Amino acid sequence: MSSQPIITKVAGPLVVAKGMKNAKMYEVVRVSKEKLIGEVIELHGETASIQVYEETSGIGPGEPVELTGQTLSVDLGPGLLTSFYDGIQRPLELIEKVAESAFISRGIEVPGLDREKKWDFKAVAQEGDQVIAGDILGTVQETTLIDHKVMLPPHITGGKIKKIQSGSFNIEQTVAVIETEDGDKEVCMLQKWPIRIPRPSKAKKFPNEPLQTGTRILDTLFPIARGGAGAIPGPFGSGKTVTQQSLAKYCAAQVIVYIGCGERGNEMTEVLKEFPTLIDPNSGEPLMKRTVLIANTSNMPVAAREASVYTGITIAEYYRDMGYDVALMADSTSRWAEAMREMSGRLEEMPGEEGYPAYLGSRTAGFYERTGIVSCLGKEDRTGSLTAIGAVSPPGGDFSEPVTQNTLRVTKVFWALDAKLAYKRHFPAINWLQSYSLYLDNLDKYYATEVAEDFCEKRDKIQAILQEESKLEEIVRLVGTDALSPREQLTMEIARMAREDFLYQNAFDKVDAYTSLKKQYKLLDVMIHFMEEAEKVIGQEDFEFSRVRDLPVKDEIAKASFIPEDEVEEKYAVLKETISNQIGALKTQNTSVKKEEVQI
Amino acid sequence: MSTAYKTVTDISGPILLVEQVENVSYDELCEVELISGEKRLGKVLEAREGMAVVQLFESTQGITTEGTKVRFLGRTFELGVSEDMLGRVFSGSGKPIDDGPEIVAEKKLDINGTPINPFAREFPEDFIQTGISTIDVLNTLVRGQKLPIFSGAGLPHSQLAAKIARQARVLTKEEVETGKAAEASEAGTDDKFAVVFAAMGVTFEEAQYFKTEFEKTGALSRAVLFLNTADNPVVERIATPRLALTAAEYLAFEKGYHVTVIITDMTNYCEALREVSAARKEVPGRRGYPGYLYTDLATLYERAGRIKGKEGSITQIPILTMPEDDVTHPIPDLTGYITEGQIRLDRGLHQKGTFPPVIPMGSLSRLKGKAQGEGVTREDHSGMDAQLTAAYARGVEVRELAVILGESSLNDTDKAYLTFADRFEKEFIAQGEEENRSIFESLTIGWNLLSELPKSELKRVKQEHIDAYLPAKKSE
Repeated sequence: MSSQPIITKVAGPLVVAKGMKNAKMYEVVRVSKEKLIGEVIELHGETASIQVYEETSGIGPGEPVELTGQTLSVDLGPGLLTSFYDGIQRPLELIEKVAESAFISRGIEVPGLDREKKWDFKAVAQEGDQVIAGDILGTVQETTLIDHKVMLPPHITGGKIKKIQSGSFNIEQTVAVIETEDGDKEVCMLQKWPIRIPRPSKAKKFPNEPLQTGTRILDTLFPIARGGAGAIPGPFGSGKTVTQQSLAKYCAAQVIVYIGCGERGNEMTEVLKEFPTLIDPNSGEPLMKRTVLIANTSNMPVAAREASVYTGITIAEYYRDMGYDVALMADSTSRWAEAMREMSGRLEEMPGEEGYPAYLGSRTAGFYERTGIVSCLGKEDRTGSLTAIGAVSPPGGDFSEPVTQNTLRVTKVFWALDAKLAYKRHFPAINWLQSYSLYLDNLDKYYATEVAEDFCEKRDKIQAILQEESKLEEIVRLVGTDALSPREQLTMEIARMAREDFLYQNAFDKVDAYTSLKKQYKLLDVMIHFMEEAEKVIGQEDFEFSRVRDLPVKDEIAKASFIPEDEVEEKYAVLKETISNQIGALKTQNTSVKKEEVQI
Repeated sequence: MSTAYKTVTDISGPILLVEQVENVSYDELCEVELISGEKRLGKVLEAREGMAVVQLFESTQGITTEGTKVRFLGRTFELGVSEDMLGRVFSGSGKPIDDGPEIVAEKKLDINGTPINPFAREFPEDFIQTGISTIDVLNTLVRGQKLPIFSGAGLPHSQLAAKIARQARVLTKEEVETGKAAEASEAGTDDKFAVVFAAMGVTFEEAQYFKTEFEKTGALSRAVLFLNTADNPVVERIATPRLALTAAEYLAFEKGYHVTVIITDMTNYCEALREVSAARKEVPGRRGYPGYLYTDLATLYERAGRIKGKEGSITQIPILTMPEDDVTHPIPDLTGYITEGQIRLDRGLHQKGTFPPVIPMGSLSRLKGKAQGEGVTREDHSGMDAQLTAAYARGVEVRELAVILGESSLNDTDKAYLTFADRFEKEFIAQGEEENRSIFESLTIGWNLLSELPKSELKRVKQEHIDAYLPAKKSE
């Protein structure tokens, strides 16, 4: 009698069922007559706790539970790009069609990838080739931007290709037959992978190249490495989402996975509307063609929110395995942590800090550890990278709360958003005193060889000036600007310039929104040049600093970031000369200069 | 007819425990009959084999463990909706309280609603002119947005919300093209516009204020009111906003109305939620509020927006009073993470007699980007927004500095900022309660104020706009 699984308790997204003798941990089950999707998260003898990915109202004890024997997995194969999924990889467009409504109804079962659509498979490997897991069997032009590599799935260790053919296939049709020790295995373009298990790779490498973002404060001061992990914490209204979206638009990754985890519906709609119209500067194709969107908005079921980050990172890993640079944005990981807290509370687990479960730290670490730059599986030496950037929404903007702290323990880049800067409309509102990047040392070599030898030197100089400014500001607040020496006033002036004309970036201006590393360097160079020239004159006796402050060339510096990339070389050189001339004109007679020399 | 269970074993706060029940489902509505014959509504919070945890929407006063009958109704809490609801007043649990007839429902809808598919949403980008400079220019409201008012006890949030509801309209094509406001008489009003108002735990006077305000302007005939005043049952407040939003969704997405939903006061709602959570002995999150407060609030706030292929829209303006004016308190904090910005009222401005005391620092409209500028309002709008906000923030900083150092120690630029900040508060933020400024008037005031600053400081507005709009300085 006990063999038939039956619901015994329903409380929100948590359902308890008995007669679950054959259930496995994390097995997907179908709950009630409505066949809601759920996942086993706890087992006590024959009783199982199930988190349900859909609304449970109207479900009661006595209703059946169906086991599926599978763990929660995603479909991997051509067709992922340009898709717009919910937290458990159901295409939202299909949900709308099946539900015939703008609202998401329950029990809708739609596949993650289109089973009917035919793709043009081009065999790369040949019959008779020896292949191992991860080897590329063939390719499919998935979008105009991405060549999808069809790989031998990790669970087939290797063998000889018995049959392979190019042609038009749907993702479930056999494209190759592999002769292995356990007999012949048929391979199709579709792979399934459980979302909570990281996809394997040969080895992890040490990240030593920056992931360019085109955002000056990030690339110059706080760069993230390809394969690195970064966190953007900030109170509401400080621009987390704008920063995430701008990264998704401009960062130099080939594939983007954007997860809207427990965030606003309209924001996802905006991404969906905007990305197809944005053009990738390198290829001239819409950005959407390299993007996978996952949206589990704040009002969608909480358990699916918990799953959405895993769904996203599994898809990201899949493209990494092909040898692509993948960037994943998760907005916001706090909602993911809250979803864990909610489920933990319903399970009546012993709470840790602030009600979060004790495993918050290990889950967070486990998630970010799936990033990295790796040698992919297979004989061929492919390198792929997965960079993850997680937004964190600390309650009250207080960075000491558990989610922020646990995230900071595992991420090496910290971009602290600051509400005060946002109030002043300084964007991106990233605080230059609080933020840090632990990749600087790894990346210095790249900057020195690829951008300019003295890049790091100049960067350090600017950073020191910004630090100095905050100290001087304290003094000014107490005794006023007049108490500062000309040298200190110059520091304040350069810092102001760095803030307003370098760190401030207008995301809505076509030119200003993206700045290449070369241009960033040149712009820094202009400012440092201004400082060095000014240093030559401010030492003069009775020098009025306002003469430097009121130089007309400053307006030109302010507009320098709006100069298009192809004119930078020429115009910046002119600008530097103007600076030299204007400051040079401030020099008093030789006598006073000599006096200065005597002083030295 | 369903079985009546007489098996209530525990009563605590608003929670009842009913045993030996069969076929009860989660979230099911039930009816509790007291010995006196009085009936009260409740819903199932937890359904177990042979046991149900029931939360009443009213007080449990007078309920006994013996003799009380509980009937499970086999459906969730539903609201009967129809266009006849316009012009009517309902209680916090959806019963008519205005002496009018019962509503003949066109259909019955689950008050919990279902999430809108993000794919089916239309991105909101239609500018709404509220006639309030600080909102129109700096924190532009968009049709389909959820924009709460963060207020404090004793601040004029009700007046502001009523003013928005009274004045809100869209610009006509002609106005946008000519850059001139239409005469009041010919100003475009939407024929299909409605207000849904939900009051939770507010005083009788406050509820009455809105009612008379709607009556005065003739908006009452296009309004649906749900009133739960301070003396009504606390737990009923959990249902009130859901009823209001269900009515709003029906009017917007089935009948094509542009609905403005005003919900006041969200703080009382959250407190009711906390009460239920505490009675169930759940593990509390911050300040005793339940851990699922974010999710719960999201299921309310996200019921705003536009849907592809549908005429209507829901614009939500929830009001919440921040305990001790503390924006980091869980209620405003979680709200801010869900809503598309917030309008923040400031006690300092209020004490100076400024109405409406909307402070630019801390106020934000996330959807304003697409609702500012050429073709929507005017080309100089977004630059003006950034410039005014930045300049005022700087002016306030200078003011603080002047307090310590004395005004005489400021340099000329700083002095200009100081004058700017003072004038900004008096001329831009402040306006009469009846004053309805067009966006163009507001922008003109903005340019007048900017003429106070040296031209080199105007970095956020474009040169061509300076040439076109900036008035010459009087002294020059």
